[in-house]
Amino acid sequence: MTRQPPLVAVARSRDLDPEHGLDLLRTMLVIRSFEERCVELYSAAQIRGFLHLYIGEEAVATGVTATLREDDAVVSTYREHGHAIAKGIGLGPIMAEMLGKVDGVSRGRGGSMHLFDAATRFYGGNAIVAGGIPLAVGVALADQMQGRDRVTVCFFGDGAVDEGAFHESLNLASLWQAPVLFACENNHYAMGMALERAEAQPDLALKASGYAVPSWRVDGMDVLAVEEATRRAVTAIRAGGGPVFIEYDTYRFRAHSMYDPDLYRDPAEVEAWKRRDPIPALAATLREHGHLDDDAMAVMEAEVAAEIDEAVAFAEASPLEPLEDLERFVTSEVAP
Amino acid sequence: MSAPTVAEPATVTLTLREALKQSLREALIADDRVFLLGEDIGAYGGCFAVTMGLLDEFGPGRVRDTPLSEVAIAGAAIGAAMNGMRPIAEIMTCNFSLLALDQVVNNAATMLHMSGGQFNVPVVIRTTAGAGRQLAAQHSHSFEPIFAHVPGIRVVAIATHEDARAVLRPALDDPDPVVLFEYPRIMTMEAELPVDPVPVDLSTAAVRRPGSDVTLITYGLTLHTVLEAAETLATDGIDAEVIDLRSLRPLDDATVLSSVGRTHRAVVVEEAWRTLGVGAEIAARVTEEAFYDLDAPVERIGCAEVPLPYAKHLEDAALPQVPSIVAAVRRVMHRG
Ligand SMILES: Cc1ncc(C[n+]2csc(CCOP(=O)(O)OP(=O)(O)O)c2C)c(N)n1
Ligand SMILES: [Mg+2]
Repeated sequence: MTRQPPLVAVARSRDLDPEHGLDLLRTMLVIRSFEERCVELYSAAQIRGFLHLYIGEEAVATGVTATLREDDAVVSTYREHGHAIAKGIGLGPIMAEMLGKVDGVSRGRGGSMHLFDAATRFYGGNAIVAGGIPLAVGVALADQMQGRDRVTVCFFGDGAVDEGAFHESLNLASLWQAPVLFACENNHYAMGMALERAEAQPDLALKASGYAVPSWRVDGMDVLAVEEATRRAVTAIRAGGGPVFIEYDTYRFRAHSMYDPDLYRDPAEVEAWKRRDPIPALAATLREHGHLDDDAMAVMEAEVAAEIDEAVAFAEASPLEPLEDLERFVTSEVAP
Repeated sequence: MSAPTVAEPATVTLTLREALKQSLREALIADDRVFLLGEDIGAYGGCFAVTMGLLDEFGPGRVRDTPLSEVAIAGAAIGAAMNGMRPIAEIMTCNFSLLALDQVVNNAATMLHMSGGQFNVPVVIRTTAGAGRQLAAQHSHSFEPIFAHVPGIRVVAIATHEDARAVLRPALDDPDPVVLFEYPRIMTMEAELPVDPVPVDLSTAAVRRPGSDVTLITYGLTLHTVLEAAETLATDGIDAEVIDLRSLRPLDDATVLSSVGRTHRAVVVEEAWRTLGVGAEIAARVTEEAFYDLDAPVERIGCAEVPLPYAKHLEDAALPQVPSIVAAVRRVMHRG
């Protein structure tokens, strides 16, 4: 395999602003803890359907969204809890959605795979692989055509690169210079399909560059590297430079979904990646620079746990959508 | 204990998934031209574990894992079928089959006619449908009627173990495209079956429960709900005949009409949306052919006209259930 080293591999820990570093750490911790609680709620049958965990990949959502403005848009996949949390959607409404309650972001109609939030410009979890990619081009095109300097970030997995929609969308975005960041979360597997078995050319950045889209690869387990690379890309896109593709090299620590027995990965491989867990990695950097100690870490963990408790309490207290409202929102309620 | 005088055929207890696998296995053994292709069918063993073990037995040449590329899976299967092979393509669920629909409708279904009878397309496409697992609007829909709308393809809904066990032989013998619908929700259901498959005629409907008062017509997953409703009705003194259409194209009018000729009442139940569905077609044909036999208008029960929601109470309310079937039967019996 002819893989080049990541273009932006060096964590810029020297220049790390302590407060910002702690913010990044907290966001990753919130995502991790939120999902760990989801697993418990799934076992208790309070969450049903599919549940795709982002555990291990938190640095990507956290580092990418740290570079965004509030009015930038995100288009996501079914593995989107991390993206939704990092974009700033409230934990309570997200948890209520997981429980199928009316106070959920999608009023209980979407569940884990379909978090939506217009207020934070979160255009949804999409459960059709690559289904969000063309959509993101359109969202970005609309900003471009309306003279707004907003950026659309489109998250998708390595498996989505197999789909025609990816290729058609990259070409279109490039032709029209649409302000999209194609954020490919390469966790090396599409369900049980290892990337090398699915792609004749497994260098995804090389593939994307075939559409004349600047394409980079970055260490997706290093939140500072993710942020640095993404900031450069977002700055260029916002300035009118057209789309950028970034491959974030990452790994999911858990199975594909709660249904997946995960028999296709070597446990040693999983363990090796777990040693690169982005949360302890950033914590170590912060400790090295004297920005974090055991006490501060314990306080942060307790605060995050309390936040999650509060979200669960909010979700549990929320009522269900009344049955009479089943057929609402199939078409718009405004008069034609 | 005395030995039986007549040799009973040997039987075996199989899940529906095992019955399907046996059918696939025998097809692979019987004909070198048969091969399987689809996402995660090999190393992973199939999204619903139907193809588990087949890669080991038949090798990667005949059990082909594909990237996430539905349009290419369908198209390549169609092309191979046009050139002497007997491919069996698997599209994980019919929700993703929409990506493949272009190849099925514009190529497979048209080829023979468009080429003036030169190119037939002996392809088999297996996919799944059905709700009830809280998988929300991109993983729960029933698209059998979309496929059955198209002339040039045979569409079969596999609701029983007997059909699952024997389906591939006639499907592969068909010189034209066959789309098979399977139902994940009943994959683990067990039944006792003869060790050797009993041949099944895919063109005909099957009477799954004889009865004299009313004809309940259904297909696929809802067969099991309808059979349950028939038992409930029996306790109320209503003897329902249950017809499993099995083939949605062509439709077996004869079985339906002969039943309605005896019962004078019909209720059609399906999980797809009611509007322009199979129920609409059956109601039209019964009205055209047996209008004067009817003692009541044909009733249709289908999915509420909504994308299926995640929350359980909403999903349940959207789908046909025993009480809604019983209520419809009582209406056509004028016992509402
Ligand atoms: C069009 C389509 N095909 C197949 C599936 C089933 N499926 C869901 S997720 C998935 C794997 C996707 O892998 P990847 O894009 O790498 O994302 P990851 O799950 O690794 O985050 C598959 C095959 C689907 N949802 N949509
Ligand atoms: Mg992946």
